[in-house]
Amino acid sequence: MTRKQRRLSLIGGGIAVLAVAVALMLNAFRDNIVFFNSPSDVAEKHIVPGTRIRLGGLVKTGSLVRGDHMSVHFEVTDGSHETKVAYQGVLPDLFREGQGVVAEGAFDSAGLFKADTILAKHDETYMPKEVADALKKSGHWKDEYGRRAAMPVGGPNK
Amino acid sequence: MIAELGHYALMLALGLSLIQSVMPIIGTRNNDVVLMSMAVPTALAQFAFVAMAFLALATCYVTSDFSVLNVYENSNSTMPLLYRFTSVWGNHEGSMMLWVSILTLFGALVAALGTNLPAKLKANALAVQAWIAAAFELFILITSNPFVRIANAPFQGRDLNPVLQDPGLAFHPPMLYLGYVGFSIVFSFAIAALLEGRIDAAWARFTRPWVLGAWMCLTLGIAGGSYWAYYELGWGGFWFWDPVENASLMPWLAGTALLHSAVVMEKRGALKVWTILLAIIAFSLSLIGTFLVRSGVLTSVHAFANDPRRGIFILAILICFIGGALALYAWRAPLLKQGGLFAPISREGALVFNNLFLTSACATVFVGTLYPLALEALTGDKISVGPPFFNLTFGPLFLPLLIAMPFGPLLGWKRGDLLAAAQRLLAATILAALAIAASFALQRNGPVLAPFGVGVAVFIMAGALVDLAERTMFLRIPPAAMLRRAIGLPRSAWGGAFAHFGIGVTLMGIVAVTAWGSERIAALKPGDNIDIAHFRLTFDGTFARPGPNYSDLVGHFTVRRTGGELLGAMEPSRRTFPARNMATTEAALMSRRLNQIYLSLGDPNPDGSVPVRLYFKPQVLMIWLGAVIMFIGGALSLSDRRLRVGAPRPAKVAALRVAAE
Repeated sequence: MTRKQRRLSLIGGGIAVLAVAVALMLNAFRDNIVFFNSPSDVAEKHIVPGTRIRLGGLVKTGSLVRGDHMSVHFEVTDGSHETKVAYQGVLPDLFREGQGVVAEGAFDSAGLFKADTILAKHDETYMPKEVADALKKSGHWKDEYGRRAAMPVGGPNK
Repeated sequence: MIAELGHYALMLALGLSLIQSVMPIIGTRNNDVVLMSMAVPTALAQFAFVAMAFLALATCYVTSDFSVLNVYENSNSTMPLLYRFTSVWGNHEGSMMLWVSILTLFGALVAALGTNLPAKLKANALAVQAWIAAAFELFILITSNPFVRIANAPFQGRDLNPVLQDPGLAFHPPMLYLGYVGFSIVFSFAIAALLEGRIDAAWARFTRPWVLGAWMCLTLGIAGGSYWAYYELGWGGFWFWDPVENASLMPWLAGTALLHSAVVMEKRGALKVWTILLAIIAFSLSLIGTFLVRSGVLTSVHAFANDPRRGIFILAILICFIGGALALYAWRAPLLKQGGLFAPISREGALVFNNLFLTSACATVFVGTLYPLALEALTGDKISVGPPFFNLTFGPLFLPLLIAMPFGPLLGWKRGDLLAAAQRLLAATILAALAIAASFALQRNGPVLAPFGVGVAVFIMAGALVDLAERTMFLRIPPAAMLRRAIGLPRSAWGGAFAHFGIGVTLMGIVAVTAWGSERIAALKPGDNIDIAHFRLTFDGTFARPGPNYSDLVGHFTVRRTGGELLGAMEPSRRTFPARNMATTEAALMSRRLNQIYLSLGDPNPDGSVPVRLYFKPQVLMIWLGAVIMFIGGALSLSDRRLRVGAPRPAKVAALRVAAE
């Protein structure tokens, strides 16, 4: 083979591998993307039962009910709408009423959101970005959600 | 006073880096030796001042000087000394200080150790390194100054995020940064070569130790982060395909490709243009990783602060450096001379194969990580791309790489014999087949693919051993002669075999845990039993245990074999930190050889029962053990006399090569 042929075969091989990579990605993108929705989104658009989504908002105060076999029921709210969620398992460390939450799962045929994953928060001031945006959109965002409690007196602008 | 000193030292470092950015380059243009040689003292002094700034910040932390805002927000005087020190980089400002400290450390190392580097290459490389340093020093001074004071100093700090109060913080970020930033040197060398328009095999020899060092640290840093997440987050996963994890995986993949292409360049003078591009890509991905983590576009445990100015500043750095580097590459790369010829089936061919698949796999991770960000920016739709995406794209691209791995080292340079290599791998193939058969026989209801995964892992491990056996002529010559060959073997050959073996070990761990791990979730009352695998755990009750700045609610469990033999106790806990009114889960781990029993507690229920997550993780320690073996392989390779940082004279190299053959 001449130098040119060799280089062409190299480039050809490279393109072939890249084409495979692109095909794999397109295929995986078809079924493995999970959309984020707020309770208002859920109320607006009809989400087909069984479609995996992420549901985010605040855990409605007073809605948390613990059942048998570590099952829990609670409602997620963005101030305008509420969605009922069922989950079975250990809740993350910082799951609390009145705080932000992201649940991943699907609606069953009765319209109950069955979560299989409740995403953990990492710190007391942390609000999942999607939740913050959803709250801002529904007009129920409060500034103290994103800010750390008790800034020091005379603290410089940050 | 100390904080101001640190602030001042950082400004001086910025000034020095600006001098270092310009003068040496002017020197190389005009062949002015004096200007070129300015790079060395400025690089050393710049590091000294940055180190001084870092130490000043560390002093504020260790002495709990809460008049410094950064210390107030992220530290607490009741924390143990270790965490008071490590919380220096447990926040945005401090972690950028660590970043810059390591960046200038590498610059100083090149200045001090690179005595045998060509003068122009060294001057240019140090100048490029100073551009990066200047950009980040400016970033810290303008947007993320850690030395800002508070007018009325509070008595107590707000404490470090409890998730970060762990020995892992002492290890994971510095290791990871050594890896990320280590690629900056390679990037600087690449840009220097492009500026000069000259590149040869010697370039690969100078840069390979730096690639190797960065790769080793990155390997260990990623593995350390994975183990930390595994035991700290309480649900026992070792890899989540989280964007922040992907941000560290991408430079690793590109760095691994670079490590291999640099070999071809050094030995055969081929793939020069490609190697330069990889060097640029590896550091660009490190920068993108920094951007993803530091800009606030992602929310995760790593995203400390969300100040949009920071995101824009880092984005600007990103565009300048990556865009500039790629433009320079497009302009100058055609000037670089082509290297040696090789047949498709050859060691070079195998390394090209490696590079193709590694970079493609890296590209899928890149797309999967950045697509949600791009989509949100364009359409406003919020999506998440989870593990299934990566399993379906990364997996199929990595598999051919894994299967081909044992063949590579057995192929000759220039022209290899695939059939001969396959014959030599006969023993490894038989072992792999046996492993597949044994796994099928032993597995009761695991996935069908799992035994094949075990087979591939065994094939890789056995393949690495075959490689060493071939090189030492194992069993074909008397033991004494064999030993002599083994000692005479270049350390880089040992290193390569070790690193490949490590990949096999890690793969084995991943396959075993994923396929055969088991999980139980239950609410237990004192006296209850819970069974998993062949173990029975008895819940004896909870008790409170105070800590320095937290209080533990400890659950005591007695672990027995199902037959009754007592194995010991496990004490997972819920740890409450009053300073932030936050709780963390402290999982308990019991290692049985390479298996682990993993136990974590949830919040106690009102009826007095305690929810527990119990996992049996078969062979889980192999995942991280493999990374340690890879690190050792890298270290062996680094100790190869041909690669030492102060590389030997050419004549001596030739003599040693003859001796080694």
